[in-house]
Amino acid sequence: MIGITAFGGYVPRYRMSRMTIIQNMAWYFPVIMAVAGGEKAVGNWDEDAVSMAVAAAYDCMAGKDRKALDGVFFASTTMPFADRLNAGIIAAAMNAPEEGIANADFSACLKAGTTAAISALEAIASGERNSVLVAASDLRKSKMATMAEMFTGDGAAALLFGRDDVIAEFKGSYSLNADFVDHYKGVGKDFDYMWEERWVRDEGYGKIIPQAIAGYLKKTGMQLADFDKVVYPCYFTGTHRGIAKKLGIDPSRLQDNLHNVCGDTGAAHPLLMFCSALEQAKPGDKLLLAGFGQGCDVLGFEVTEKIRDFRPALGAAGSLAAKVDLPNYQKYTKFRDLITADLGIRGEANPNTSLTALWRKRKMILGFTGSKCTACGTPQFPSLPMCVNPDCNAVGEFEDYEFADKPGKIQMFTGDMLSPSVDPPAVYGLVEFDEGGKAFLDFTDCDLNQIKVGMPIRMSFRRRMKDQARGFTGYFWKAVPKAQG
Amino acid sequence: MASGIKDKVAIIGMGCTRFGERWNDGPEELMVEAFQECIQDAGIDRKEIQAAWLGTCFDEVMVGKSALSASMALRLPNISVTRVENFCASGTEAFRGAVYAVASGACDIALAIGVEKLKDIGYGGLPEFSTAIGTTNALWFPNLTAPGGFAMLASGYAAKYGLDIMDVKRAMAHVSVKSHANGARNTKAHLRKPVTDEQVMNSPMIAFPLGLFDCCGVSDGSACAIVTTPEIAKSLGKNDIISVKALQLALSNGTEIGYKWDGAHFLTTTKASKAAYEEAGIKNPREEISMMEVHDCFSITELVTMEDLHISERGKAPTDVMDGFYDLNGKVPCQPDGGLKCFGHPIGASGLRMLYEMYNQLLGKAGDRQINDPKFGLTHNLGGFPMMNVCSIAIIGKHGA
Repeated sequence: MIGITAFGGYVPRYRMSRMTIIQNMAWYFPVIMAVAGGEKAVGNWDEDAVSMAVAAAYDCMAGKDRKALDGVFFASTTMPFADRLNAGIIAAAMNAPEEGIANADFSACLKAGTTAAISALEAIASGERNSVLVAASDLRKSKMATMAEMFTGDGAAALLFGRDDVIAEFKGSYSLNADFVDHYKGVGKDFDYMWEERWVRDEGYGKIIPQAIAGYLKKTGMQLADFDKVVYPCYFTGTHRGIAKKLGIDPSRLQDNLHNVCGDTGAAHPLLMFCSALEQAKPGDKLLLAGFGQGCDVLGFEVTEKIRDFRPALGAAGSLAAKVDLPNYQKYTKFRDLITADLGIRGEANPNTSLTALWRKRKMILGFTGSKCTACGTPQFPSLPMCVNPDCNAVGEFEDYEFADKPGKIQMFTGDMLSPSVDPPAVYGLVEFDEGGKAFLDFTDCDLNQIKVGMPIRMSFRRRMKDQARGFTGYFWKAVPKAQG
Repeated sequence: MASGIKDKVAIIGMGCTRFGERWNDGPEELMVEAFQECIQDAGIDRKEIQAAWLGTCFDEVMVGKSALSASMALRLPNISVTRVENFCASGTEAFRGAVYAVASGACDIALAIGVEKLKDIGYGGLPEFSTAIGTTNALWFPNLTAPGGFAMLASGYAAKYGLDIMDVKRAMAHVSVKSHANGARNTKAHLRKPVTDEQVMNSPMIAFPLGLFDCCGVSDGSACAIVTTPEIAKSLGKNDIISVKALQLALSNGTEIGYKWDGAHFLTTTKASKAAYEEAGIKNPREEISMMEVHDCFSITELVTMEDLHISERGKAPTDVMDGFYDLNGKVPCQPDGGLKCFGHPIGASGLRMLYEMYNQLLGKAGDRQINDPKFGLTHNLGGFPMMNVCSIAIIGKHGA
């Protein structure tokens, strides 16, 4: 049996009410008032498609063996690098093996997530691969006061495919290609260029998704009535329901499009919706998943008994619930670099990233790997050639020690107004890990006035710097304080 | 068996510029200004200096690398001049180089000079240092500044002793109030206005819980010392000879940031001060140290340092501070010249500026800041951050004391 062996989702902490956008921008383009309800997920200033994919991947693989991965596929239309394997960054952040693994980026289309899933399943079916992770993620930057701003949100999802402990068996797929350009983004452009909504709704989503589902049913000999849940994206909620009605799908069997709670997360969205469906699924349930974009992918799955043994760390539902309202529209526009605000001369420093040092220290920087002294057992970060324990100081007697999934507590901290930050104060401090070791770290997703010494933290992979002059993005791990309430 | 530095080297001259926003002076002008005072005080000819050490920190924005800037500004007679840099201990490092050279017998008369021209960068605070932390650290270090790094200590200190952080902040405020009161009496200080506890408590937040008045000033300045043997000092006609009693450095080795540390004290200062007292023959520093100039880059630094110098008991520095123990008329006056708080912190100059005040106090030349019959003066620098730093301690006193 081949299929899904784990799943996870990630929706960033900030949610912005669509009313906030309307209050700020309806004066400019009143049409946005047509979609006034609900809220959209907004990535923090230090998040991007890669960092959110890593969050979803860790959510998915909690308790799973990351060393067993032999493929990491990344799907996104907002990858930070046009030429540098983005999936390779994610694999390094997962501390996946470097030998015997094939990683790939799936891009340039909103159905990239489902296409990557089909490729992963085919790789496993071929016998060439055993454990392939598909992470889909998009940080959707849109112009101010546009329908795109209203409809889109940021988020990620991850599916692990394999042969053992399958929680949802793969029941075939069908794809069709259609160079239907509802929107596009030319190379070097920051924003999507969108065609008329009425056409996109009626001739795009409204026709192409049903056409692909029909193709799937014909190919597999299954009936739509066999499926307990049908999952396909469509940010026009009316059209989303209209397609179901046209296909004869009872509203109870239609997976919610998440418009009200996070907005359309692009290439991640079919998989994020699918994770929500899996979180509710029972053994024996059949799920149909479709991805839309210049055509359509359709995949069928049947949930097994093993689903009772699996839970993502937080999951889509947990991530959606762990939210904080972002009432400040200007803050959002600064996070997405839509406005120019001064960082001061201090903020101009832009040291080049040494790619030689990054290669040498890749486990440390991307994987947050330190070392554990085999002589005295002390976990330590950063790893230097001699053990940090003054009563040991053994030389070179280390094994790799991963801190990324280790719990810790705050030993000391501050909120720094002098440090250049687009979200001042810059909060950072010293963290003591519960199982040993310490690290001096930036904090993120937190409010200074809620932080206390001794507060538990978890680690999160974040964008550390963006070199605007050279186009490089640097990543490292930050501590996320677990404030109560 | 090493016998230490005690009474092997005498200071025969010191100089110090007015510290401040010296918009119209560069490092060369500042060095010459301090040097002129120093060489007159020493009463020797410039050409009698056989070796020199220059302390500076931010070469990226100031004099550049090497010691050529000092050699050329002072037109030194083609002698050895060495630039040293060890964060905020750079000035004391320059002093240590000169003192050790004399003590070793390698030369008779040596110069230590420190300078920093900070007000050429176009913004407040210390120069941004993301390019100066090392290639690997640049890949992961937090987005920190000096005030933020030290502010963390307040949270650790309050947690360790179960104190409300606002009570710690009140003691920190008195640290600043006391220094401003002293600095107001010093014509060479940058900030010369007394401040109240309320002003300090209510000043704008820089890095929680440090407000603006918990932070030292940023200024330009230079200070220097000429040292020789006590015998040569006597032969030059010096009657009141001030000699070096102790010179110690301690550097972090990763224990605080990566192993075991309570986050409420400076491990390096605790060790360096103990070694310095042993070197100077001081048994009970709370009773024997007459006065101090410590590294009050931020009020919390000075507060915690009072314990690491073994003068206040652990957890009792706030009480001693509030009791006025460190005020100018207290038992152990701290920052009689106004400290970094009022002088600002031109990094390479600060250690020597502190020694300048101790030297003048010991010679009875401190004017209306004069402390009654001091015997030992201690200076302390702390460069870097609480969890990873360079600490230097110097003790000077009357020769033979």
